[in-house]
Amino acid sequence: MSDDKSKTSELSRRGFIKVGAAALTAANMPMFFVKDAWAAKDFRNNPGNAGSVKFGFNVPQTGAYADEGADELRAYKLAVKHINGEGDGGMLNTMKPLTLKGNGILGKKLEYVTGDTQTKSDAARASAKRMIEKDGVVMITGGSSSGVAVAVQGLCQEMGVIFMAGLTHSNDTTGKDKRRYGFRHFFNAYMSGKALGPVLKEEMGTDRKAYHLTADYTWGWTQEESIKNTTEALGWQTTAAVKTPVGAGDFSQYITPVLNSGADVLILNHYGKDMINSLTQAVQFGLRDKQVNGKNFEIVVPLFSRLMAQGAGENIKGILGTTNWNWSLQDEGSKAFVKSFGQEYGFPPSMAAHTCYVQALLYANAVEQAGTFYPPEVIKTLEGFKFDGMGNGPTEYRAEDHQCFKDVLVVRGNQNPTSQFDLLQVQKIVPRSEVEYDAKIFGGELGPYEV
Amino acid sequence: MDAIFLQILNGLDKGGAYALIALGLTLVFGTLGVVNFAHGALFMLGAFCAITLEKILTISMKVKDESITFFDAYKEQPYLEIWFGDFGTTIIDWSVPISILLAIPVMLLIGLVMERGLIKHFYKRPHAEQILVTFGLAIVLQEIVKSFFGANPIPSPAPEIFSGSAPIGVLLGLGESVVYPWWRLIYLLFSGIIIFAVFAFLQFTTFGMVVRAGMHDRETVGLLGINVEHRFTIVFGIAAVVAGLAGVMYAPILPPDYHMGMDFLVLSFVVVVVGGMGSLGGAVAAGFLLGILQSFASMNEVKAIIPGIDQIIIYLVAVVIILVRPRGLMGRKGVMED
Repeated sequence: MSDDKSKTSELSRRGFIKVGAAALTAANMPMFFVKDAWAAKDFRNNPGNAGSVKFGFNVPQTGAYADEGADELRAYKLAVKHINGEGDGGMLNTMKPLTLKGNGILGKKLEYVTGDTQTKSDAARASAKRMIEKDGVVMITGGSSSGVAVAVQGLCQEMGVIFMAGLTHSNDTTGKDKRRYGFRHFFNAYMSGKALGPVLKEEMGTDRKAYHLTADYTWGWTQEESIKNTTEALGWQTTAAVKTPVGAGDFSQYITPVLNSGADVLILNHYGKDMINSLTQAVQFGLRDKQVNGKNFEIVVPLFSRLMAQGAGENIKGILGTTNWNWSLQDEGSKAFVKSFGQEYGFPPSMAAHTCYVQALLYANAVEQAGTFYPPEVIKTLEGFKFDGMGNGPTEYRAEDHQCFKDVLVVRGNQNPTSQFDLLQVQKIVPRSEVEYDAKIFGGELGPYEV
Repeated sequence: MDAIFLQILNGLDKGGAYALIALGLTLVFGTLGVVNFAHGALFMLGAFCAITLEKILTISMKVKDESITFFDAYKEQPYLEIWFGDFGTTIIDWSVPISILLAIPVMLLIGLVMERGLIKHFYKRPHAEQILVTFGLAIVLQEIVKSFFGANPIPSPAPEIFSGSAPIGVLLGLGESVVYPWWRLIYLLFSGIIIFAVFAFLQFTTFGMVVRAGMHDRETVGLLGINVEHRFTIVFGIAAVVAGLAGVMYAPILPPDYHMGMDFLVLSFVVVVVGGMGSLGGAVAAGFLLGILQSFASMNEVKAIIPGIDQIIIYLVAVVIILVRPRGLMGRKGVMED
């Protein structure tokens, strides 16, 4: 009996020690391994112990924006080189704060696969899905259309893969259609309006009548709305706002009504090929030589790029608009990127190339900083991330809507270019504080971290 | 009133392009019985003849661009300007009209090669197969052009002297606000001349007479000992030249890109259906008619009543015509009626 008692007592003591040790170990475990606590958690396309990871570059390789897509792809290839520690490093030399070490991401070599969005939402979704399911990419990035961006980021949210948007300017991308897994570095139509307003007032006064020609899809609608809000706040009247089909080609039947409308400003909410055609035709119809209401008739293109300026040729000279970034910027980050890109390809990068290069670096840096590819942790690292040295001054990825806030450029088609690439003259660098807004005004829900 | 006048001019202008493409399309259908969906690509190739000549005339010497300090960049100075100074600049400026001289033989050759190399093998095949193969050919031609010239539109300005607008309002007593681009007026005139030339060729030459006879009764003309096939091959070449010239002259209006032919093809095909398959007069009349209708449908006053009408008007008219008069406005009885 006593033996039994002693046995029980001895067992209890041992048990107590064992349980206590186990409990202490368990209690202390998170403190030792908190950084990798979620490492055991599996997620889609977890690279695990693999020696490499893949990015999916989903850009328009065919269709109307193929040239922009080609430039995006050039920038991504350069970013991959720099992340893997090859080349001159580009913006990795100027980015602050920087966690990347130039040895890939978390020690894994970065590789990539490409897809063709064709600038069509369904094709873009299909190619993103293929890259996620078959190629096992950890991140999707690229694109040159808001329709595509909204469609692809919806898919990425469903599939739990982060989407770093390329060129998309609609307010909806980080507004009513925003997603937890989608991030936009590019500026938006609202910011274009805010940036352009004071310059329009200064150059054209407060007594103007504007006529809008607008591409009939999400980007055109939100840009028209934003620019209208801005110009009407200046005291301008809106004579008419006419929707035009995307890819109309010949815009003459939409331009002739402008001649006798009483308007003295034509605002072209067109992009890419449409903008090149509508601007060329507006100039052919003599709009820039006209005098209406005792004033010179003016044309405004709220969003344009160097590639578009190249297409529009002489007609773009003197035209006001906004742009996300221009190669002529003299900050250290822009200079490093232009040098790197120019040495590689023999010409400077476009704004599409810039935004895509930066997006690739930002994602890679966020993974390195988070210490994991687990998307919710990467998302949390990107949300509210403040950085500098990547062009456009100090920049922040706002947590509430995943929109980047940075300085915006008001540009004018250069009338006296000093070189073949000097097509845009930076008229004004509008500080970030002047284009910021409350995230609530565009509605939308980011959605969950865990999917 | 001014707005209506301008929209009529717009419609005629646009209709001129539709008519020129549709004319070739219907000529090929009337003679060879082939529905050629690559005809729009011929229009595009014509426009790229203008671009090609411009590129040839601006072959340049590469000079280091000293203004770029970040990397090695080069700017280009055309040899023509180096050798001939202002005269060289003028030749480059007039590259679009000059390219007509290049486009005629090039398009004729392309037309003949296309007909002998591919189309002739599909004469006796169903229309569906002809459409498939010619559509495929159009895509191949597009992709070839894209691989050489890229996807973005390439500006190809008219000569400086025609760059502004004509004060037609002042000339016609309609007011100063009625202006119309010089080059578009020239295009309208050019369309008229080409259409007249094609009709005159078919009407007043022996060759044309044989072709017209062949269109009506191929077998009988053949029995007379005339090689109709040979003539029809040349007709295909002529149709290619007409489409090509339409494209050359359209280049300053719409900066050419590889896809421009497809945009015009669909509309021109509707024009042919409305005008009547195989009817030359029908194609021309329907081209101008639909061009004008499309212009009017784009007026804000019309769109305020029926939103989006500008984008469907042509197809709406086509549906009505097919329902009411399947052979088209001026089509021959029995053609495409069953």
